[in-house]
Amino acid sequence: MTVTPTSPPLTGTVLALRGVSKRFGAVQALKNIDLDVRAGEVLALVGDNGAGKSTLVKTIAGVYTADDGTMVFDGREVRVASPAEAQQLGIATVFQDLALCDNLDVVANLYLGRELRRGRVLDEVEMERSSWELLRQLSAKIPSVRIPVASLSGGQRQTVAIARSLLGQPKVVMLDEPTAALGVAQTAEVLNLVERLRERGLAVILISHNMADVMAVADRVAVLRLGRNNGVFMVSETKTQDIIAAITGATDNAVSERAARRTREEGSAS
Amino acid sequence: MTTPVDGSKVPVQDTVEDPAQEAALPADLQDERLIASHGVSGAIAAFTARLRSGDLGSVPVVVGLVIIWAVFQIANSNFLSSRNLVNLTLQTTSVGVIALGIVLVLLLGEIDLSVGSVSGLSAAIFGVTFVNKGWPLAVSILASVAVGLVIGLFYGALYNRFGVPSFVITLAGLLGFLGLQLWVLGKEGSLNLPFDSAIVKFATQSFLSPAVAYGLVVVTVALYIASRLRARGQRLAAGLSAAPNSIIGLKAVALALVLAVPVAVLNGDRGVSSMFVLLLAMVVATDFAIRKTRWGRSVMAVGGNVEAARRAGINVRMIYLSVFAACSTFAAVGGLLAASRLVAVNQSSGGNDTNLNAIAAAVIGGTSLFGGRGSAYSALLGALVIMSISNGLALLSLDSSVRFMVTAAVLLIAVTIDSLSRRSRQAHGRA
Repeated sequence: MTVTPTSPPLTGTVLALRGVSKRFGAVQALKNIDLDVRAGEVLALVGDNGAGKSTLVKTIAGVYTADDGTMVFDGREVRVASPAEAQQLGIATVFQDLALCDNLDVVANLYLGRELRRGRVLDEVEMERSSWELLRQLSAKIPSVRIPVASLSGGQRQTVAIARSLLGQPKVVMLDEPTAALGVAQTAEVLNLVERLRERGLAVILISHNMADVMAVADRVAVLRLGRNNGVFMVSETKTQDIIAAITGATDNAVSERAARRTREEGSAS
Repeated sequence: MTTPVDGSKVPVQDTVEDPAQEAALPADLQDERLIASHGVSGAIAAFTARLRSGDLGSVPVVVGLVIIWAVFQIANSNFLSSRNLVNLTLQTTSVGVIALGIVLVLLLGEIDLSVGSVSGLSAAIFGVTFVNKGWPLAVSILASVAVGLVIGLFYGALYNRFGVPSFVITLAGLLGFLGLQLWVLGKEGSLNLPFDSAIVKFATQSFLSPAVAYGLVVVTVALYIASRLRARGQRLAAGLSAAPNSIIGLKAVALALVLAVPVAVLNGDRGVSSMFVLLLAMVVATDFAIRKTRWGRSVMAVGGNVEAARRAGINVRMIYLSVFAACSTFAAVGGLLAASRLVAVNQSSGGNDTNLNAIAAAVIGGTSLFGGRGSAYSALLGALVIMSISNGLALLSLDSSVRFMVTAAVLLIAVTIDSLSRRSRQAHGRA
């Protein structure tokens, strides 16, 4: 799967973190993290388990508050104290467990907590109409918006969760492992969706363990290692190998050793 | 394209191949995977497909009600007489009102075991303040309903603050408020309400005149048609599919029959009881609140997935608080109505099987014990089932031993249907 990444249009930084640190007791989960996210760009956030990806995402999303450092959003320095504040600013997060109500239909899930009303009564017609509009814009393949979310596939559920995050007109969308537990076709569907978010001029932060997905869709890759920045790479100018080296922290690691060994073996075999 | 080797099922498709036709379709019917259904036959096909997948709604309870009525009618030809059916409506009302509150807590996936005690306490407070203390009727009614409200708020606060399971909170309430009821009633423990008081007259002697009853039927059907046509117009204007006029017409005729036939039968005796009309109004209002308001949508969401609801910015605590409060308030109103119909308040008001009848009614009516699924109408239908059994067995001069066992069997069947249909819904992706 080779998608040539379009070079990010340099329309300026939407979200910038400077020196963000977060401690949990004796553990320094994040130390001096710098991160820039630009509009119309997909920034992949990668790192090994325990590198601090989730902590960083939750800090940006307002679930945690940073101990140190500044966050500049849209040119203003902001402090985000709660997820609701982050959403109001325009930072939407789709967490891994999606948080959909299986018993409600797609429309109800999309508009959960911000239902459109006529007077005091729910405006089902307008909600359904604009649901279709939104899903069509995202070229989402959802057969009906009046079926319970329980009957959707994993990729469709992810689509609904991402579409819901867009209803608040965000500027930054963070996706936490959107392709984990998805099949090949559904993964491709979600990656297409990520590209469509970029086309809409959104800044997308994509957390993923899957290097193939990252290389396929991201413009830049920010690597975290043990709670610190460990390099930012332009995907178009970088090999997977180098990113893995940055993730694991060395060039002579288990992964590259295996790869090197196989190349050697193949070379000697031929 | 070869057949899939992994044995995975290819979904049965009724594809719309012609792209020109697709463009003409409403926005919600363009996906080619949708099984097309048109007109009346399509609506029937969609309905049967929904039933097969386990989305039974109120079908089992309606079928059950028909069977129960048929059996009792065969056993005793007086069962479906106008006189007995009027009695049935009177008996159903208080249980139906209490069950309405149970439906709300069940939608959240919670339970209130204390509704019987709360209804008894409310009746006791009404009796003591109205009869013994001589408070004005309205003040007494307000006081006893307010007690229900306060109890519900107390439950909600306990639940929100300490996270104690509602099962335990309300089990304590069941005991505690029974005790409070006995304490309020004092030594003699029994009060007769004055026959000439407005509330007793309302509960025992107030019936709609035939003209008013039929007038209500006509108004209801007209409102139904108007709202359907309006919704149809809005949907078409928004480029969505809408039910054709033929379906709306058929549904309106069905509604008219469902309303007019019972009215005709009841008019053969005393008529439609005002108290029963109050129950119907409460059911319709609750149904509206559940399906058409933001509050109701939030209740369904909390019942389906609390965490998702919380993250969507729903004030989950407020939802719990309001639902527990509504449940206890309905219980208090139900207790008042029961006391007024029996023209007495005593130590067994709200006792015996009131509690379990109300809970059983909600479940038999088709509201799921698992939360997030159900309807206000299940309170009405379930209460009719429960009271039909009780009424029919009394007519056959069978005592309460048989009644308890039969009600238990019906409840067991209802819960089993709920569990089975839930499994089927999961298999069909409708859970």
